[in-house]
Amino acid sequence: MEISTKKYIIVFLITAGIFAVAFIVSNYINDKRYEVIKTTADKISIDILSLETQFELFQESSCASLSNPVLSDEINALADRLSYAENQRGIDDEDVITLKKYYSLLEIKDYLVMKKVDNRCDVNPISILYFYTNDEGCEDCAKQGYVLTKLRSDYPLLRIYSFDYDLDLNAVKTLITINKIPKDQLPALVIEGKTYTKFQSVEDIRKIIPALAATSSATSTQATTTQRK
Amino acid sequence: MDLYSSIVLYIALFFGLYYQIFLLVTFFEKEEKNISGANDYRPDVTIIVPCFNETRTVSKTVMSLLQMEYPKEKLFITVVDDGSSDNTYEEALKLAHLGNIKVLQQKNSGKYVALNKGIELATSEIVGCLDADSTVHPQTLLKMLPYFSQNKVVAVTPAMKVHDPKTLLQKIQNAEYNIGIFLKKIMGKLNAIHVTPGPFSLFKKSIFKEIGYFRHAHNTEDMEIAFRIQHHHYRIANCPQGFVYTITPPTFKKLYKQRVRWTYGFLKNAIDYRHMFFNKKYGNIGTLTLPFAIISIVTAFLIIGNSFYHFSSYIVEQIQRYTVTGFTFDWFSFDIFFLNTSSITLLTFIMLCSSFSIILLAWNMVEGKTRITRDIIYFVTLYGFIAPFWLAKASWNTITSKAVSWR
Repeated sequence: MEISTKKYIIVFLITAGIFAVAFIVSNYINDKRYEVIKTTADKISIDILSLETQFELFQESSCASLSNPVLSDEINALADRLSYAENQRGIDDEDVITLKKYYSLLEIKDYLVMKKVDNRCDVNPISILYFYTNDEGCEDCAKQGYVLTKLRSDYPLLRIYSFDYDLDLNAVKTLITINKIPKDQLPALVIEGKTYTKFQSVEDIRKIIPALAATSSATSTQATTTQRK
Repeated sequence: MDLYSSIVLYIALFFGLYYQIFLLVTFFEKEEKNISGANDYRPDVTIIVPCFNETRTVSKTVMSLLQMEYPKEKLFITVVDDGSSDNTYEEALKLAHLGNIKVLQQKNSGKYVALNKGIELATSEIVGCLDADSTVHPQTLLKMLPYFSQNKVVAVTPAMKVHDPKTLLQKIQNAEYNIGIFLKKIMGKLNAIHVTPGPFSLFKKSIFKEIGYFRHAHNTEDMEIAFRIQHHHYRIANCPQGFVYTITPPTFKKLYKQRVRWTYGFLKNAIDYRHMFFNKKYGNIGTLTLPFAIISIVTAFLIIGNSFYHFSSYIVEQIQRYTVTGFTFDWFSFDIFFLNTSSITLLTFIMLCSSFSIILLAWNMVEGKTRITRDIIYFVTLYGFIAPFWLAKASWNTITSKAVSWR
């Protein structure tokens, strides 16, 4: 009984061709996605630099002349997009890690600028530093992420800065050292200079920050998390 | 998704896509065989109707045979009652005076014994069988016979349709059978048919003398005889215009039982004829049909397992989210950025498109129009949820060598 070897080969080539096209298209779109994230991060970087510059200038004038010190919603969108890219490309992807480092630096910058603004103008922003790990051992990290996402939506003025404990970035490592956070105690939150380790429920955090309720009517948002959920 | 499951999924997608493209390429290939010269072929034909407790349907089945457009003096019908406990035998006897009809009775010994009894007694050149739950279109025999003129063809299979689909499951099967007609046509072109179904497959009688009669064959004698014909390097043709209408299981329990038997029979016969796998000597059945039939079962498990894993992960995540934050309602918002464009998603999408094109081509071929019917929607949305049950049971029975009963 005859078989057409030629046909088997042609069909193989067509299938392989379709696979190749799927890989190329997928990679192309992922690269575009990376560019979008990078552009957003650059824009936020400029925003922070502008805020810093404004701050330097305003030291010689009054707090009233400082324009809205709250960063745009774009940093939230950046967090969501980075989290998605992390899911798609994997936590070990070089581009994702680079973006994550960039994002973490932006967060620290924003955190520091807001502290300066607070000291000088008594703006009193409420912020939470959140340390997590993507390691499988931290089951509560996912739960903590849900709690913070919920708080972020309930209290738009709450500023949540999330940091991957394992990110190889000196600035993040310094933050970990300053706040004395051991890896086996994750997830960890730093609220008003005090470190809280292990899972904290919505109610726990509300008790820690009674001022939260007062912020719920505000309109701006500033909360970030890049943790995989 | 970890690396290993990704690799397994890519392999499954590659084979799935390869198979579908192979089918489509074959479908659009020019038909080489010409059977038009054999349209006046009118041999003696004996149709054997094996029955077991078919009081309600046997007369309808026999009447449909009598109404076929074929010279009466050349058509012989042998009803073999396989020890029914109801009035099947008496019901069949009532029809005996209507034509060349013989009614035989035997102690309950199985369908294959009943068929063999009919074949042994037949004196005609062509013998066929027709299950007593099926009826045949008046022109089917005339359309099927010319295929015997092709070189080495010793059996011709019909195009099976569902008789009066009423229940949801019958409508799903209606779509499945229509797609089956399309696939059988392609398999016929490839000479890779691995089953000669009970409803109205025709055989040259001489082939049974040469390769032997029907066997028990794990309760799938119609599959085993096809394997054996292919093993002896003969051909099985398919006549896509030769319609036969069969009553399909209306309930899940009956459908499950039937499909466990079919799948188990296929797996056991595949094991019995394993020397044909990847053996070029046996043509496309060895290099395409049999390996891909097994691969499709494995792929089905992989896809089902993968979908189940993702779905259960999602449910666990939602429960976890609910327990820590209570119920929160997220408005649906579309952002093109979050559109899943991973290569696995793209390839799955391509494969779904390819499957849809096969379904629509099948509908066009069988029903004469290209449109998405309710039966197609039922089939596409529900078949994947019900098939795993019999695939799993039949695979388990094969692994544990637990035989499957007919009823």
